Amino acid sequence: MAVESTFIRITPAQLRWRRFKEGVGLIFSSPTAVLGLAIVLIWVFIAIFAPYLTQYTPYEQDYKNVNKGPSPQHILGTDHLGRDVWARVAFGARTILLLAPISVGVAFLLGMILGLPAGYFGGWVDEVVMRILDSIMAFPTILLYMIIISAVGASPVNVVIAIAIGGAPGIARLIRALTLDIRTREYIAAARLRGDRPVHIMFREILPNCRGPLIVDLLLRIGYAAFYIGTLGFLGLGLPPPTPDWGGMVQEGHKFMTTNVWPVLSATVAIVTLVVGLNLFADGLREETMRYQ
Amino acid sequence: MKEEPILSVQNLAIAYKTRKGFIQAVRDVSFEIMPGENLGLVGESGCGKSTVAYSLVGFLGRNGRITNGRIIFKGQDMQSLDEKSLRELRGAHIAMVYQEPMSSLNPTMRIGRQLAEALAAHADLPADEIRRRCIKALEDVYMPEPESILVRYPHQLSGGQQQRVCIAMAMLNQPELLIMDEPTTALDVTVEAAVLDLVAELQEKFRTATLYISHNLGVIARVADKVGVMYAGELVELAPTAQIYSHPLHPYTVGLMRCLPDVDAPRGTRELHPIPGRVPSPAEVPAGCIFAPRCEYAAPECSEGRPSFEEITPGHFSRCWRAREWLETPLWTKKPAQSSTYVCAKPAAEEPILKVEDVRTYYPVPFTSVRSLIGLEKRRYVRAVDGVSLSVDCGYTLGIVGESGCGKSSLARTIVGLEAPTGGKMEFLGIDISDEPVERRRREVIRHLQMVFQNPDGTLNPSYTVGDQIAMSLKRFRVVPADEVYGRVVQLLEAVKLNETYYYRLPRQLSGGEKQRVGIARAIASNPKMVICDEPVSALDVSVQAAVLTLLQEIQQEYQTAMILISHDLSSVRFFSDYVAVMYLGKIVEYGQVEEIFSPPSHPYTAALLAAVPRPDPTLKQEFIRLSGEIPSPVNPPAGCRFHTRCPYKIGEICEREEPPARRMSMDHIIYCHLPADTLHAIHPVIRRSA
Repeated sequence: MAVESTFIRITPAQLRWRRFKEGVGLIFSSPTAVLGLAIVLIWVFIAIFAPYLTQYTPYEQDYKNVNKGPSPQHILGTDHLGRDVWARVAFGARTILLLAPISVGVAFLLGMILGLPAGYFGGWVDEVVMRILDSIMAFPTILLYMIIISAVGASPVNVVIAIAIGGAPGIARLIRALTLDIRTREYIAAARLRGDRPVHIMFREILPNCRGPLIVDLLLRIGYAAFYIGTLGFLGLGLPPPTPDWGGMVQEGHKFMTTNVWPVLSATVAIVTLVVGLNLFADGLREETMRYQ
Repeated sequence: MKEEPILSVQNLAIAYKTRKGFIQAVRDVSFEIMPGENLGLVGESGCGKSTVAYSLVGFLGRNGRITNGRIIFKGQDMQSLDEKSLRELRGAHIAMVYQEPMSSLNPTMRIGRQLAEALAAHADLPADEIRRRCIKALEDVYMPEPESILVRYPHQLSGGQQQRVCIAMAMLNQPELLIMDEPTTALDVTVEAAVLDLVAELQEKFRTATLYISHNLGVIARVADKVGVMYAGELVELAPTAQIYSHPLHPYTVGLMRCLPDVDAPRGTRELHPIPGRVPSPAEVPAGCIFAPRCEYAAPECSEGRPSFEEITPGHFSRCWRAREWLETPLWTKKPAQSSTYVCAKPAAEEPILKVEDVRTYYPVPFTSVRSLIGLEKRRYVRAVDGVSLSVDCGYTLGIVGESGCGKSSLARTIVGLEAPTGGKMEFLGIDISDEPVERRRREVIRHLQMVFQNPDGTLNPSYTVGDQIAMSLKRFRVVPADEVYGRVVQLLEAVKLNETYYYRLPRQLSGGEKQRVGIARAIASNPKMVICDEPVSALDVSVQAAVLTLLQEIQQEYQTAMILISHDLSSVRFFSDYVAVMYLGKIVEYGQVEEIFSPPSHPYTAALLAAVPRPDPTLKQEFIRLSGEIPSPVNPPAGCRFHTRCPYKIGEICEREEPPARRMSMDHIIYCHLPADTLHAIHPVIRRSA
């Protein structure tokens, strides 16, 4: 085996670096993913540096300039209370880019806790978990959110809870399906023959091998969550008023649309670009991972 | 007058477009097939055999293309043909049979319609004539009751029957050239033997020129007139069958033959010689002779220039710089069969390490009707293991052989605790383990009872490095103190002929054989007293099989581990085991020391299995004990002797009614059969050497 002995010995750190490079390479080999990532990164940049990108705060009211179009002072104009639209869009990005990933993260935790045992143990555990999830999924998503929010009241924490509960069944089902496939692999049998506990097998042996499809799914879900946070805001069930929130901006601005379209237009464009960006990123990544298999 | 070849391939080269650019999958392949001739193509996987076959019918996919050379079929250059004329050629003049019969038949269409379609596509015939021809074709492949087959769906046929239908379909239009791509690889050995008989017979009857692709030298020896050996995309040797097996002129051909365990060689009389290294991927073909890096005869000049494909003696081509030397000093002489010197010493009154008594493993059949769901019908079970008793002594190997579905894997999984037994008793190291799935077993039991798995791609967790996966076992069982784990992993890697550089590699960076070695290292990490190997080599290439089998044997000798080797391959079982159990439909039919199993007296089923193994020697004429019928379903096994439905020696009603008695032929040798002892002595596969 002369060919193989030329391999250089590598350290764990090098290995991690190599894996990281491979992951990044995966993104950069797909133009779709790169475009999506670029759009998302622009919004992340805006969210982080919001205070430096505008001279206003999102709450300041300019009584002399109410419902005005773009001008040198207000690049995207002002809303009906004279607040700077660009400032509200920029600070609104903070809200949505914080809430969407957190709510999907919580949904993922819930889905993982439910989906892994359902798939791994099967039998009655699976039946019970799946029927509970089915009953949640029976409600139209937006209706479910409305029920939850109107029950517990509108606040950032409650929005997170509502979206997490709405998203958990889908994630649980995906994890269950992946688990059903992976648990028949021989390395799972090997882990059992090592005396591994079921919890260890589920989290250490099965979960890491779900990551490909899971990452793609979670990215898509962050997009949907952003969309739903907007919708809740529009329905008045999102964040309580003066908070800069894209959905709320549309809701407040749509009454004045005939005179000033800028608040609504800016917020809509913001939501659409962010969601499309996330979807492009997820789709590109999915295509690349598929091609690798 | 010289006969024109049906097919002539000249300097064929094929490239595939990949992300890394074009990759040459096949280079400089030339051969001819005469009318009525059967050319066998043999080689390890990834050598380009199938690529050549697909190129003949212009089927290279979107990313493949012929970059050089010509394919001339009946005087016509195939590359000059457009899609329409190619379509007319395929099916009518060139037909193909594939490896997986299940996926080459359309599951939603009845057999009759599929056959009719193949015929109607190329000939304008009235419906009753089409039907008549379809029935005739099915009769030609010995399908019983062809009329009833016509209205069945593919899933209602067994694998062997499906392959017969595929062959019938290919023969319908009486093609001039038949391409068979590993047609028997997916079939059981007794079914394979019957299909090979059929191929040979059709060959004689219709004189169809055939290109037969297989990785199995034994199969090729039986069907081919001429053999081409492929290696890494090149044809390295081409000669008449008898000649290539008696006087091979290329080291690779010899390597392939020497790494095969011989089913006729008694245990201990033969060593396997694995070919070192692996087939280079098409992207990294070495300069010079492509085989030189793995060749034990390589001279320095071999890695300089690429040898050409030369005719060394009339009709015998070889691509080796030293081919002419091999004429005088033959590379290979088949050793005459030696008588066995192997004696299995019975250990002195020591308790067996594993005792299994009357173990049964049933799987419930999923509900198929509303009646069964609400409990109106009795629940039905697949009786995978149905009353098996055996014992294994410390440091010895028990081989379990049988065809697929006989319950050998279920038995293994039951013993290690991955499946719960439905009944029976199991004792390991004197501890009762019958009612304990692996999760409830004591750590000591788990530690000493480990398993090597079949599928190299599934055996390692793709998310962890090789070293971590072995280390996990060491830590779990506290085999060595924590600070010595790394060193011990390296020792284990070296024990399986890998080295330290493999520690931080991920499974996907390993070849199949390497993965299997890591699987073995993981199994022996806890210093187990017993390892169960479930088909450890059946998914590997022959050259790698030899290496892994030899490795297992070395490990056993060094660690004195008891082993159970589960295999469908009788030759590896004979090479490796001290005791052998033959299983059929969930029961053991014969049990004994290895040489007792492989010589008379034999159970009729054992004899049939043995007879069905294709031998890599064209001079051997085997007289087959043919098994009629199909393996019955384990949901509803036949009463009495389970083998009676297929047994050629059935003596009458007693076989159908009564469980066969255990006949003790010697101290360890038991045959479960109703036949009188002297008949059992007379049963053995007849093998004679033709003059």
